[in-house]
Amino acid sequence: MPKLKSLEDLQSLREQLQGDIKARAETATTIIVGMGTCGISAGAREVMHAILAELDARDIDAHVTTVGCIGMCSKEPLVDIQQGDEPRITYGNITPAMVPRIIEEHLIQGHVVDEWVVGRVTG
Amino acid sequence: MSTSKAEQYRVDVLVCTCPACTKAGAPEMEQALKSEVGRRNLADEVRVVETGSRGFCSMGPIVIIQPEGILYCQVGAADVPEVVEETLVKGRVVERLTYKEPETHKAVPYYDQIPFYGKQMRVVLRNCGLINPMSIEEYVAVGGYQALAKALTVMTPEEVIAEVKKSGLRGRGGAGFPTGRKWGFARSAPGDVKYIVANGDEGDPGAFMDRSLMEGDPHAILEGMTIGAYAIGAHEGHIYVRDEYPLALRNLNAAIEQAREYGLLGQDILGSGFDFEIKITRGAGAFVCGEETALMASIEGRAGNPRPRPPFPAQSGLWGKPTNINNAKTWANIPLIIDRGADWFSQIGTETSKGTMIFSLVGKVNNTGLVEVPMGITLRELIFDIGGGIQDGKQFKAVQTGGPSGGCIPADLLDLPVDYEHLKDAGSIMGSGGMIVMDEGTCMVDVARYFLDFLKEESCGKCTPCREGIRQMLAILTRITEGEGEMADLAQLETLAHVVQDASLCGLGQTAPNPVLSTLRYFRDEYVAHIEDKKCPAGVCRALIEYTILEDACTGCGLCRRKCPQEAISGEKKKLHVIDQEKCIKCGVCFDVCKFDAVAVR
Repeated sequence: MPKLKSLEDLQSLREQLQGDIKARAETATTIIVGMGTCGISAGAREVMHAILAELDARDIDAHVTTVGCIGMCSKEPLVDIQQGDEPRITYGNITPAMVPRIIEEHLIQGHVVDEWVVGRVTG
Repeated sequence: MSTSKAEQYRVDVLVCTCPACTKAGAPEMEQALKSEVGRRNLADEVRVVETGSRGFCSMGPIVIIQPEGILYCQVGAADVPEVVEETLVKGRVVERLTYKEPETHKAVPYYDQIPFYGKQMRVVLRNCGLINPMSIEEYVAVGGYQALAKALTVMTPEEVIAEVKKSGLRGRGGAGFPTGRKWGFARSAPGDVKYIVANGDEGDPGAFMDRSLMEGDPHAILEGMTIGAYAIGAHEGHIYVRDEYPLALRNLNAAIEQAREYGLLGQDILGSGFDFEIKITRGAGAFVCGEETALMASIEGRAGNPRPRPPFPAQSGLWGKPTNINNAKTWANIPLIIDRGADWFSQIGTETSKGTMIFSLVGKVNNTGLVEVPMGITLRELIFDIGGGIQDGKQFKAVQTGGPSGGCIPADLLDLPVDYEHLKDAGSIMGSGGMIVMDEGTCMVDVARYFLDFLKEESCGKCTPCREGIRQMLAILTRITEGEGEMADLAQLETLAHVVQDASLCGLGQTAPNPVLSTLRYFRDEYVAHIEDKKCPAGVCRALIEYTILEDACTGCGLCRRKCPQEAISGEKKKLHVIDQEKCIKCGVCFDVCKFDAVAVR
């Protein structure tokens, strides 16, 4: 491997490598996918893979975690987005095809996609 | 360096590979985890990462799941399918594997909510258990080598020394000498060739602070040493590690190799024109080699014997050249000070003791392990909040700080703030961070005897007060524990202790009497009970105790009779048994096996 010749070399290496330990670093955004049996049978794993691919493609810094069933099984797959102290937004009946729009509008533009929202949790 | 985008994983499963977890079955569990992750087609999103110790050694094998921060204790290979199915796939906590609060049995799934971690301040240990110590890339990703780059590019050596001085950092290996001042001496010493040394010769029984740091975050030590070398004007560094630390040696060697490949060691580091190399010397494991002049003799290939100071190593150290020696933990503090600044560092701790201290908390405490706390925390917080109190609901009796040559501090000093001065005033030392908790079942005379027995073996024998003084004190203590003591022995012990303290050449002899003096100071009653009443109040010293069977509690089950190796117990079935005191060797087997608490020790 080429040697680091300067402070700038070290910093660019650090930036490159930071994504590698993303799961262990603090992030401002957590995306939570309902992964109970109900979620999985409704396609939650495919939705989660679509989210991971979209985050990767757009180089967005966010944690993706899974949770068990929260009881709203008819609306599965459920995807929640939690950003800082903002209310936690729950989207329902999500398919992989809907993922790019959620990422684009919610995470990049900062607008909640109201028509797909099934719940908001404050605090 | 690779230009491709870093692989991104949704989940990192951190598996502790420290010797304690390894012994508890971590490698088999990790293997099972990797194959289960593969079998469930999760390998693209879940990564298994080997890390150093997170310090919670009593609960291993430890697994931490990130980003959630879920901590599982005592995870075996058989638990793996459930962890994968429930937590990695479905996002549910497997409650039976979580830490339970000892009193309420309440499950605490997240590691930052476990009281063991709650009162800690893990800054020097920040990467231990979080990054893979075999990967320089992970160290760089969490900000590693930024402090070195800062020192080399925007600071002069004098500015580095000034910053370390201003931080108030004191040596973490024993005497607590101000690190910045020590560096200043080495910098101003005349000569072109200078050396720096990291002391990783951790010889205290039951201590593993340096080992865990060298295993868990080796690059932090290398980075600190390189900054120190730049400040002092050294181009060669040595790390002295005992050979009985194979994992520390492996990780340090790998770290040195990787740092060389990236040009963070070697010639013209980061284009600054500064050259620095690090070599490792493996020690054979002698307590005295933790003393700096003995350590240097050992690196030079001579017997590890101390020599008088002056000349101090800063004037004449390794091969007669100016040398700066710091403990491995001290070196690991340096990148933090340079990166975050002396002001940040000095706001942690007390007036005279800045920053944090790493302790290995062991003995009769519930949560044994490695802890890092701000200086000034009380012993009570350390032992009861972080340590979770005393095992089996017994009473706290004393805590020994500073390794075998530290003192024993009693219960009425539990609110003592832990810093260099307070420990010294209490008759103990900070030392390197050993902390042994003792309960009501510990005999303090026997403890003093035990440590002197250790020190007798470890004294190099070069100077008479230490060699003979320890031996004589040990003989008196042994006599007292055997019931042959006299009251005049106590004055004799004190006299001997002061001679050894005052007239020994090195720190080993100078501190060796601490266990004797501190137990005489705080637990004189116990000595008197041994001598005058011929009793060991803790029920430890065999010559002074008697096992008897209690008439009310004995069911006549016969278990003790069958287990007694001396056939000293007799009795008919379902009738009271008795111990023949003539035959009894006081091994305690009857006491241990009795299911009805019918055997008493007095």
